[in-house]
Amino acid sequence: MNAVVNGIWTNLPVLQVVIPLLGALLVGFLRRAPLAFAITLAVSWVLPFIAGALLTQVLTGGPISYHIGGWAPPWGIEYRVDALNGFVLLLVSVVGAVTMPYALRSIAREIDEDKRAWFYCMYLLCVSGLLGIAVTGDAFNAFVFLEISSLSSYVLIALGRDRRALLAAFQYLVMGTIGATFYIIGVGLLYLLTGTLNMVDIAARLAPAMVAHSPAVYAALAFITVGISLKLALFPLHAWLPNAYAYAPSWATAFLAATATKVAIYLLIRYYFSIFGIAIDLDALPVNDIIIVLSVAAMFIASLVAVFESDLKRMLAYSSVAQIGYITLGIGIANQAGLTGGLVHIVNHALMKAALFLAVGAVFYRIGTVRLSELAGIGRKMPLTMTAFTVAGFGLLGTPGTSGFISKWYLAIGALDKGWWVLVFLIVASSLIAVVYIGRVLEVIWLREPGPAVAQASDPPLSMLLPMLLLAAATIYFGINTEWTAGIADTAAKALIGGLR
Amino acid sequence: MATLTSLFDHYDYAITIFLMMAGLYIVVARGNMVKKLVGLSIFQTSVYLLYIEPAKILGGTAPIIDPAFTVYSNPLPHVLILTAIVVGVATLALGLALVVRINEAYGTVEEDEIIEKDRES
Repeated sequence: MNAVVNGIWTNLPVLQVVIPLLGALLVGFLRRAPLAFAITLAVSWVLPFIAGALLTQVLTGGPISYHIGGWAPPWGIEYRVDALNGFVLLLVSVVGAVTMPYALRSIAREIDEDKRAWFYCMYLLCVSGLLGIAVTGDAFNAFVFLEISSLSSYVLIALGRDRRALLAAFQYLVMGTIGATFYIIGVGLLYLLTGTLNMVDIAARLAPAMVAHSPAVYAALAFITVGISLKLALFPLHAWLPNAYAYAPSWATAFLAATATKVAIYLLIRYYFSIFGIAIDLDALPVNDIIIVLSVAAMFIASLVAVFESDLKRMLAYSSVAQIGYITLGIGIANQAGLTGGLVHIVNHALMKAALFLAVGAVFYRIGTVRLSELAGIGRKMPLTMTAFTVAGFGLLGTPGTSGFISKWYLAIGALDKGWWVLVFLIVASSLIAVVYIGRVLEVIWLREPGPAVAQASDPPLSMLLPMLLLAAATIYFGINTEWTAGIADTAAKALIGGLR
Repeated sequence: MATLTSLFDHYDYAITIFLMMAGLYIVVARGNMVKKLVGLSIFQTSVYLLYIEPAKILGGTAPIIDPAFTVYSNPLPHVLILTAIVVGVATLALGLALVVRINEAYGTVEEDEIIEKDRES
């Protein structure tokens, strides 16, 4: 018995990826929707325990290095878990576990019965890819997982009811493949320069390579930055995102918005702070300036577009582009407080955006539309759903007492530490635009008389209600108790900044 | 002159970069979805070359250890690209499957006509 427990305990990093992968196979073979859901739910509920155990190990005992097949790095593939990716692993698994019960009814409403099992199969593949990107310490392995998660998310999006979902999935496929190929060109250049694919090893060998081949290192940096930026929808490379999120099945939108872009952001942070930042002086290059300018552009332009969107899902999708701007702003500020703000916003935004998309999905579940013009007074018919929406919406604005405030607070402190007063002003000003687009929705749903479209609406069943209320509660909880979010983000940021050259 | 000589010495890289740019151009410039996928495939294939070319060492033999040889080609890029080819095939297959579904739903695979149809409805 002890041997079994010990075997599981020491193999946790690979189990994190293998369990959903095998689950996907099982679901693919069984093909019966109820059974598929049961397996997916079981897998989704196991994953947070693995991620939690990993993060506990890391926080008490330092980074874990796991050698696949017993081959020592840099020859074999290494799975490397530190505070940063332990944090991301836990986020992805928890979002999957909390939202999964919601999927049962939502998917039954939106997807034909013969395709439901495939939906769950694709979801498990997607989770396994996302967790794989986060856990791996190998640059090429990360590419493979990136493509596993991307290909399965194209399918998840294409399963939307509207025919425009197909077009959105196709456009995402083209953009995503270009992004992944750019990434692999960058990795190829790094491999030619250093002769290794292990991230730690690349970081160690890149500095000597800089002496003779600095243009090639810069080219690698540029290719990897653009490639990953396409995946994380950094403005202006976000064109695929609004349509993909708007036409995907409601539950898939909530899951992808909370996790897929976040994992890509993690990968960018990994490259900037654990690979390039160690080998070369990034401050001497305009990298951070470019990131900051694009982030601020995202915060303003995407928020402004959101103000004029009449479709709630599209509005939230544009808001996602803007919120990703806050996270990348933290990466661009690149000091202790700024990076902590960016990292903590990865979690805070994931939780509140999942809650918002789930609430909108519940509206679609009841009345079959999410156009703002038809939702007048829906707050009186679906009070609990709309309370979740309102709480998470306040989080999005950065209201004090919600988790969004914590993120923006750290970002503002980071900007002040650098002496950038203008940036603090811009963070506050862009939040005011969010007040407009969220406020506009709140006015329609709470203050207007219920219209004919919402006359029959009522709160959805408990399995759908509970996930969004939990996520909305988390938005408040992490606004008051920041030990788990900002505390761990602070530890991770300290390790990243400390390694910089 | 030095640039020209170096270009001639590394003509294989010139071909790679040409394919890369040609592929990317097709993806951006063509509205037909099948042609877009063809461009995407060319773009991905050029990256296979980018990996394989440096792996061939002049005068190197197959990487099987033998006392008679001292110079070997690097096997790792070949293995990596085997994986990348699988990814490329999967992407192309999924892309084409989507195009078939789009054709069923819209009756065309031209991007501008599809956008036009969506605007009407």
